Amino acid sequence: MLYEVRWHGRGGQGVVTSSELLALSALKEGLYVYHAPEFGPERRGAPVRAYTRISDEPIEQHYGIYTPDAVIVIDPTLQSEVDYVMQGLKEGGLIVLNAKTPNSEIVERAKKLGAEIWVVDAYKIAMDIFGRPFYNTPMLGAFTKVWGRIKLDNVLESIREKFGERGEEIVKLNIEAVKKAYEEVKKYEY
Amino acid sequence: MKGKRVGLNGDTAVAFAAKQANVDVVSAYPITPQTIIVETLAKYINNGELDAAFIPVESEHSALSAAVGASLAGARVFTATASQGLALMYEILWIAAGMRTTIVMALGNRAFSPNINIHCSHDDAYAARDTGWIQFFAENVQEAYDLTLQAFKVSEDHRVLFPSIINLDGFILTHSLEGLYVLDDKTVEEFLPPKKPYNPIDPEAPKTYGPLDLYDWYMEHKKLQDYHFNNNVPPVIKEVFEEYAEISGRRYTPVKTMGVEDADIGIMILGSSAGSVRHVVRQLREKGKKVGVISLTQYRPFPKKELVEAVKNLQVLAVMDRSISFGSPGAQLYMDVASTLYNAKHRPLLFNVIYGLGGRDLTPVHIEGVVEKAEEVLKKGEVEEEQIWVGLKE
Amino acid sequence: MSIEWKSWKELPIGKIIPEPATTLKFKTGSWRALRPVLNEDKCIRCLLCWIHCPEPAIIRLEDDLVKIDYDYCKGCGICANVCPVHAIEMKMEGE
Repeated sequence: MLYEVRWHGRGGQGVVTSSELLALSALKEGLYVYHAPEFGPERRGAPVRAYTRISDEPIEQHYGIYTPDAVIVIDPTLQSEVDYVMQGLKEGGLIVLNAKTPNSEIVERAKKLGAEIWVVDAYKIAMDIFGRPFYNTPMLGAFTKVWGRIKLDNVLESIREKFGERGEEIVKLNIEAVKKAYEEVKKYEY
Repeated sequence: MKGKRVGLNGDTAVAFAAKQANVDVVSAYPITPQTIIVETLAKYINNGELDAAFIPVESEHSALSAAVGASLAGARVFTATASQGLALMYEILWIAAGMRTTIVMALGNRAFSPNINIHCSHDDAYAARDTGWIQFFAENVQEAYDLTLQAFKVSEDHRVLFPSIINLDGFILTHSLEGLYVLDDKTVEEFLPPKKPYNPIDPEAPKTYGPLDLYDWYMEHKKLQDYHFNNNVPPVIKEVFEEYAEISGRRYTPVKTMGVEDADIGIMILGSSAGSVRHVVRQLREKGKKVGVISLTQYRPFPKKELVEAVKNLQVLAVMDRSISFGSPGAQLYMDVASTLYNAKHRPLLFNVIYGLGGRDLTPVHIEGVVEKAEEVLKKGEVEEEQIWVGLKE
Repeated sequence: MSIEWKSWKELPIGKIIPEPATTLKFKTGSWRALRPVLNEDKCIRCLLCWIHCPEPAIIRLEDDLVKIDYDYCKGCGICANVCPVHAIEMKMEGE
């Protein structure tokens, strides 16, 4: 089993943290992982990608991910950059969007690929819980549900470890965000 | 595998190893992509998790100068740099090695300017190749951790007394997270007891350091340094690798090979891309292609004997360099390999592949292209193009 | 300790000289062409020569009288130059 995920977001939304937390959670399942943030001229608001490679065998390859099994778009406005976010997605792959409803062109592309689209309103979850547009942990919660290979408990444990030194309150809010998105993410039927 | 499994990026893994090595002095100047190492060590020292002196300096030249002084005074010293930072250290690199310090330095491999680039090339590693530092190349985060611990043991051995560099590819390893096994502190402490200084600076027994040395003795001093570097270092590295295998379950070798016994074609490469090449070559071998892979864990001193042994069945060897050496007969690794094999009983046909400059990704398509090129050479029985570039916009 | 190396194999590690102040063994007085000669009667014991000598080859004695250390004096003449009462005269060696 080799599973490759590409995360899309904007600088400051926590796309790198999402990918890292997914890798750390998979590690708790005894799986092998490679998490690579993409570094360019980083600026708050600029499109940013991160990559997670997960396998039940040792991962030796260090090249980029060009044909992901899943793309996760954590910023609600980025789904309009259709070519950018859909680039290389495998047939039958997963698309997880921070949206109330998917962009019609994404739906068309997904149909051709036989890809599943899942949506969650992470904007609302983030604003309700954090009061700020932090989409990383809600979108991780959503993907945990959609993919189904990583136990929610392992994700929550990774969050406790990652945010622990920043205080109990931060841990609590992030756990709440993960759980809420985990419950609310819905498959979009086309 | 022994130890606890954790997820860390390359920089954090190296910093954790330096902490477990219980270094006395950290003298460093932050530079991408090594910054996380220095920041993490500063945090450990500030938290009281590591009892060490952190020397904040105004440049890499000073960082290494302070490290030289501390090392000669008997301290276990760690530093880290990259690219232009190493270039600024260049003068002191020779001094650190020639004065026989035992500094351990992590080098987050990064391209030299111009144009300014923060991503991986092996320019900096190669720039240090002549200076008398021991050099290791890590292929993944686990190796970056393991080699940092082993480097202290090698450098501080009284048969050695040379500083070490651990190369880890910028971003591809420094900033990427992988699972790795870390040893417990007690095991590390037993493996790496406090440094026993050799003839340290001592006011009670004054000596003269770095005196004028002209045509009467300079040459003899260089000969002694060269003799110790070539003859004493390799056997100690092997001993340390062996001892580390016992405590960790992870066995290192100066040269790492896969499939070279039955292969016609070999690919030789350093750093994080070695795993990428092995991954692709494994798939090609399943299709019946006789390809092997060679990479070096020990880059300096250059493991000549082991390399001659590794290529003895190969007909063609593609030597891949993540760097260029303007106007040279080939890039740096290629020149090393060609001169090593010139007097060998068996030498395969050689060609040089330039790849990955400034972080350009080495993809499976590029790797397959190199194999195809090698197949052409094998068929023709001669090398028409001695150097090719892959991943280049033609 | 006396250093009598014959081969690179005998050298100490780290290019050090394993003892301090080995320049004492180099009697630089032999380099001298001109020799400073002190007229003690003229000397006012101001010690300017003692301060300025770069070697230092002017030895300060009790009562601030000075003596020239001919083992190390290279004959540069600074002492004669700074002496406010011309108590030091530079003379040709061998005269």
